[in-house]
Amino acid sequence: MKQNVLLYTIILGILSAGLYFLLWWLEKPLMHYSQQGEWYFIIPIATAFAFSLVHGAFTGYFWEALGIQAKSNKDE
Amino acid sequence: MTHISNGRRIFFLFAVLVAFQFILWVTFSPMVTAADTAQQTVIQTIGYPNLNIDNVIFLLLVGFVGGLVSGFIGSGGAFVLTPAMMSMGVPGIVAVASNICHKFPKALVGAMKRAKYGQVDVKLGLIMGMSAEAGVLYGAHIQQVIKKSLGDSGSNLYVSVVFVVVLAIVGIYVLRDALKMRKSEEPEKEEVTSLAKWVQGINIPFTMMYFPSLKAKVSVLVTLPLGFATGMLAATIAVGGFIGVPSMIYVLGAPSLMASATELVIAFVMGLGGTIKYAWDGFVDIRLAMVILAGSLFGIQLGAIGTTYVKPYMVKLVMGTIMVLVLLSRGLMVPVYLAELNYISPIEKSTSAFVSSASFIMLIAALLVGGVIVLYALWSGYRSHKLEQQAAT
Repeated sequence: MKQNVLLYTIILGILSAGLYFLLWWLEKPLMHYSQQGEWYFIIPIATAFAFSLVHGAFTGYFWEALGIQAKSNKDE
Repeated sequence: MTHISNGRRIFFLFAVLVAFQFILWVTFSPMVTAADTAQQTVIQTIGYPNLNIDNVIFLLLVGFVGGLVSGFIGSGGAFVLTPAMMSMGVPGIVAVASNICHKFPKALVGAMKRAKYGQVDVKLGLIMGMSAEAGVLYGAHIQQVIKKSLGDSGSNLYVSVVFVVVLAIVGIYVLRDALKMRKSEEPEKEEVTSLAKWVQGINIPFTMMYFPSLKAKVSVLVTLPLGFATGMLAATIAVGGFIGVPSMIYVLGAPSLMASATELVIAFVMGLGGTIKYAWDGFVDIRLAMVILAGSLFGIQLGAIGTTYVKPYMVKLVMGTIMVLVLLSRGLMVPVYLAELNYISPIEKSTSAFVSSASFIMLIAALLVGGVIVLYALWSGYRSHKLEQQAAT
């Protein structure tokens, strides 16, 4: 189980780093199109959802891999 | 069967919410867009700022602490991020837009995390989120009107006065209640206020809805002004939760932990609507938003975990402490803005610069103090839980 958590942390960490690399690499076109406004509003919204999905899952597993977990009902 | 019907109801609510957001946005956006045209021209001329490593590290750290506090009390951090970005040379409206763009994915992750712990009332969050969205747009409109008639100083004075009045009344009440609960013989016990009992007793036909967090039916009409006020405050001082969470606790009768978790749903709704509005006008700097999000998602996960180890009064203690410190920070600025508007005798430039710096440092200190209390609460709760487990085995 602990190995699975570590594996998920590493995979999601790589994916998250990949997204940030893409953000840096595609900085100019992303900024250019998002500044156009109107229906290009989809770009920042979609980017934010993608990051919340991948980076959100990574950060969740990150703390779990470090042993910091919520108090579960089973513990009580 | 109940689960299926609840799921359908929530889906229906969400669909209504999306439709409602678009109607509001179409109604209000022409007013806001006209007023923002000048700023857009300025941004197109000077361009967006370059991000250097110092700025990125600073935003990551502030994002982390802001996320930590948000995960714990449902909101917070945004009041530091906007001025912090502006101090880096980011135009005001881009700072506001980028801040709100990091807020909705952060709130989504936090709400999902806390829903796992059974702390989120999705129905209450979506219902209040709808009226909060209306409040955000109306609040932004009022800001524009004040800015047009009184200029930047008038707008700043309005924001500071709202900060001082709201935080003085609500902040001191929340802090006193937290300290009272802490000293009581049963610190885990939360009593429903007499106001909440009265609200739960109001019966307006065809408007009654059962909310799991309240374990009671409450008229939707009662939640509307509360959500609206939350949204107006969010549009004015960037932290709607300073009204949203206390109103759910003291007016509706929700437990502190559920109120702070449900606030994340409201923040998601408000953040999504706000981001659409600003992105439609091209003001969102997606790089800034995602850099802040990088730090804040680490923080929000930790803050959410922290809520499972603490007694309910800790939510009130953190919120009340931050509110009182922010109140002092903004209170310092009131004489500066009054002098700029010639309502009082002028203040020397060096003095007003010193007061501005002191106020900003206090703002950061407010967030840091909140973050330290959350970390301490998490650590001590975790440690005592481990000791209990060891004693049991």
